[in-house]
Amino acid sequence: MSLLYLIVAIPAASAAVLLLGGRLADRWGHLLGAIAPIASFVVGLVAFVQLANGTDEALTQRLFSWIDVGSFHVDFALLFDPLSAVFVLLITGVGSLIHIYSIGYMDHDERRRRFFGYLNLFVAAMLTLVLADDYLAVFLGWEGVGLASYLLIGFWQHKVSAAVAAKKAFVVNRVGDVGMALAIMLMFTTFGSTSFEGVSAGMDQATSGTATALGLLLLLAACGKSAQVPLQSWLLDAMEGPTPVSALIHAATMVTAGVYLVTRSNFIYDQTEVAQTAVVIVGLVTLLWGAVIGCAKDDIKKVLAASTMSQIGYMMLAAGIGPAGYAFAIFHLLTHGFFKANMFLGAGSVMHGMNDEIDMRRYGALRGAMPVTFATFAVGYLAIIGFPGFSGFWSKDKIIEAAFGENLLIGVGALVGAGITAFYMTRLMLMTFISERRWTKEAHPHESSLVMTVPLIVLGALSLLGGVLLFNGWIVDWLEPVVGPEEHAELPIPATMITILVFLVVLVGAAVAFVLYGRDKVASNAPARVSPFTKAARADLYGDALNEVALMRPGQYLTSSLVYADNRGVDGAVNGLAAFVGGTSGSVRRWQSGFVRSYALSMLGGSALLLLAVVAVKLA
Amino acid sequence: MTGSETTVPWLTILAVLPLVGAAVVLLLPKGTAIAKQVTLGFSLVALAVSIAMAAKFDVEGGFQFVEQYNWIDSFGAHYAVGLDGLGLLLVLLTTILTPVVILASWYDSDGGRWSANTFFGWILVLEGLSIGVFAATDVFLFYVLFEATLIPIYFLIGGFGGPRRSYAAVKFLLYSLFGGLLMLASVVGLYVASAGNDGGPSYLLEDLMSTDIGTTTGRWLFLGFFIAFAVKAPMWPVHTWLPDAASEATPGTSVLLVSVLDKIGTFGMMRFCLNIFPEASRWATPVVITLAVISVIYGALLAIGQQDIRRLIAYTSVSHFGFIVLGIFAMTSQGQTGAAFYMFNHGLSTAALFLVTGFLVSRRGSKMIDDYGGVEKVAPVLAGTFLLAGLSSLSLPGLSPFVSEFLVLAGTFTVSIPAAVIATLGIVLAALYILYMYQRTMTGPLHPATELLPDLRAREVAALAPLLLLIVVLGLFPKPALDALNPTVDRLLQQVGVEDPQPTVASAETGS
Repeated sequence: MSLLYLIVAIPAASAAVLLLGGRLADRWGHLLGAIAPIASFVVGLVAFVQLANGTDEALTQRLFSWIDVGSFHVDFALLFDPLSAVFVLLITGVGSLIHIYSIGYMDHDERRRRFFGYLNLFVAAMLTLVLADDYLAVFLGWEGVGLASYLLIGFWQHKVSAAVAAKKAFVVNRVGDVGMALAIMLMFTTFGSTSFEGVSAGMDQATSGTATALGLLLLLAACGKSAQVPLQSWLLDAMEGPTPVSALIHAATMVTAGVYLVTRSNFIYDQTEVAQTAVVIVGLVTLLWGAVIGCAKDDIKKVLAASTMSQIGYMMLAAGIGPAGYAFAIFHLLTHGFFKANMFLGAGSVMHGMNDEIDMRRYGALRGAMPVTFATFAVGYLAIIGFPGFSGFWSKDKIIEAAFGENLLIGVGALVGAGITAFYMTRLMLMTFISERRWTKEAHPHESSLVMTVPLIVLGALSLLGGVLLFNGWIVDWLEPVVGPEEHAELPIPATMITILVFLVVLVGAAVAFVLYGRDKVASNAPARVSPFTKAARADLYGDALNEVALMRPGQYLTSSLVYADNRGVDGAVNGLAAFVGGTSGSVRRWQSGFVRSYALSMLGGSALLLLAVVAVKLA
Repeated sequence: MTGSETTVPWLTILAVLPLVGAAVVLLLPKGTAIAKQVTLGFSLVALAVSIAMAAKFDVEGGFQFVEQYNWIDSFGAHYAVGLDGLGLLLVLLTTILTPVVILASWYDSDGGRWSANTFFGWILVLEGLSIGVFAATDVFLFYVLFEATLIPIYFLIGGFGGPRRSYAAVKFLLYSLFGGLLMLASVVGLYVASAGNDGGPSYLLEDLMSTDIGTTTGRWLFLGFFIAFAVKAPMWPVHTWLPDAASEATPGTSVLLVSVLDKIGTFGMMRFCLNIFPEASRWATPVVITLAVISVIYGALLAIGQQDIRRLIAYTSVSHFGFIVLGIFAMTSQGQTGAAFYMFNHGLSTAALFLVTGFLVSRRGSKMIDDYGGVEKVAPVLAGTFLLAGLSSLSLPGLSPFVSEFLVLAGTFTVSIPAAVIATLGIVLAALYILYMYQRTMTGPLHPATELLPDLRAREVAALAPLLLLIVVLGLFPKPALDALNPTVDRLLQQVGVEDPQPTVASAETGS
């Protein structure tokens, strides 16, 4: 029997032990929790080597039949193909590092065992998502990661803000899930199958309307999970969760599930230009949206969260371009997984040293107190802005090039995004590690322990060297069996020019930040008198305000008026009838006995009716 | 109705066992724990018998454990019982939930109008009658048992529970009376219709299925049955008795009412409306689907707006029953198997939700959501089971209600995209009503009055554990239930005369 199932089964079993084990597991729970993803990683690595050296396009394992009704069949079956393989390694690899880091980060939390239980649950669900070979089974993992995200955002649920943010994340994701559920139903109705194999086999016979509908429904699902406009509003609030959660779930893995879904469904998107264009537009809007928000935030985690939205926007943009972009979407997804996890954990290390302060206006000059955190963070910084040689340079450059190949306007949008990214990330670096001290009295910054810094160093190395995945076009060739051969579009300007242009724009962005935050003192309180643009960016570009006006308030009005109507209207009529039949006396007791009597009477009447019918039939 | 004739009347034994238990319990001395223990004992024996029957059940064998005797010759009424996959599942639901409810309600009869012996006696009577209802294959027998179940539940609601229980009990009875009368008229009508048969009048389901009732008469008689079942289920707009009854009764009574008795409504639609009136069922489909979709959305919206935990759960059931009826009248194998499985799953998840909130309410003495806060901190096990029960109610994939809900939606989608799309919006509302309740009660700062709230006791965990375990296991491995239901649904669809629509694109043979 293939051991593939162990990849999912190990973290799932560990989660069960940790969550059901109770206090018995408190002493060693975190160790079991950290070993589980490492074990999965090892199994995943073995499978990866087997896949790379073998001749098969994928390793598969059929476990058992899940649902079987009429022509509706769904199996639990695992598909370890090149696309799943890189995800398995990313999830378990980065996941393991974050688990190890969490041993230190959550050291003082009395509910640490449960934290690890939830993290393992997340890993198991995420692995189900990427290993499933059927959309309905993907949906199982999809909602499973949603649940884990809910539990972890709300981990410190005694805080109202955390509990509200958790609920918001789940509900907004459910809006996306409607798209996923309907897409699966449409697949079943159209193809009689919901498996990747069944859908892709029938796709060329499907009408373009069906293809477009499927593409748009899956895009809705992707928008929810990947925090893309218009379902972006939950991600910034999700930073209420402990920082390792932000690193693993809300940066490196779960939020990229939307990109996975679009790339996995390449056989659908290749049939529909409308849906592809929609993906590109969503990606472009979100990459700018997130970047603009990132410029105005003082909360270090929110800057990183806005940046995550923006970077996933780049990936969506690339995935929407089609065969010219799929491989680069996944490439950027991997490098982003490295450098963003690196920076989130770095931010956690800073918070750890700064008495859980999150306001960058209370940081400054931390490079001396936390040299390892600073050095690794700096590598992540250079990677995300796309400094030549660092991993992000290779992956972002390819996406911007593909964007120019698609359309000049989209290329310019992606280029501008790179400039803004350089601005807000330089601002973050300056306010946190450079500039002057603005620490509060309680803060005594110190470097974190080894259990936290070693994962930082490993992730820092990956952020630096992640570009090797592109060496000799490896990532493109590797993914070819899944997404098809790369297409080269006609570029309006030479590729080298684009690279130089990107570098210049990045320099400008960084320089502007340096002028604004590097030379003068940074105010330790956010200035109140700011431009309308800053105000808008601080308010997340009014995403929440819009939701409130368009959905929440009308919804509340609708439910409260329905509750009123249900109590007075429908019920009132019945009560009125009751009072009429039961007599107008106010005494419930008499009313009640009146009813029992009339009930008995009616039974008698019914019996009489039955007798009459018998007589009538006999006579007839 | 082919099937193995058994020499041992297992089904009668199973139905009579709890009735005997009730008689024994009433004779036992009052004021001691012995009555409760004996009640639990009888319910566990019934559970064991039903499990043994399930083990013997042949999924392809049609009606089994069949017994048939003439009862009232001049009416054509019989004592006829038997189980197909649907009946078996609902009988199991009854026998599983009864001991769970007894265990969970150990002290809930204290302070009632009558003694604990009476309370537990009525529970056993209700179990016996419910088994009879799900087993009856004679319409007259079904009608008599259907009406008879009102007696124990009336006394359970009116005698034990909240301050407005009398009002709630009467309202419940009023609605049931209305529905029951319409059904009675249809039952009489069926007698008239079947009197013209060669073999004389007969209430046997088998005979009625082959009786030509005539289009107009059939439609009128269908309505009598359908409205009675819609009140029972309950569907919008005849749902308003449920929130009062479920909120005022004890938690255990609410479980028996919503998880078991209300299923008679949707069970009756499948067993009697569709089998006896296939033409009328097809005729009514557009209207019923519309009402079902309204129930799904309306129930969910009302649940979001509730302040009272128990009423909130009652409204979620209105939404869930909407899904069940939608699946039945989608008239596809996925829709109907999904609906039948939904009945079972809804029984489990709603029972878990009613019981765990019942434990919560019994600790604090208030049903109002605003009287709670931060309970997770002092009672993590209670909060954890509450969340799991809630997640099953919102049909999280991996839990058994998801399987049934998705089958209902997929089965509906193949025949009516608008109905499926609107009903699917219900999954967002479900997330809202569950998580909003969870957030306000379990999270945030501790409410001053809940600071010393004790966590679940062993007895309470023991009552919840089997339900939650079944929800998880059947969520990942629903095969046993689906295998039992598929043949039943196939026969039913054949009787109604509909076939599943074919996929619009004949894709390559894959995956088999």
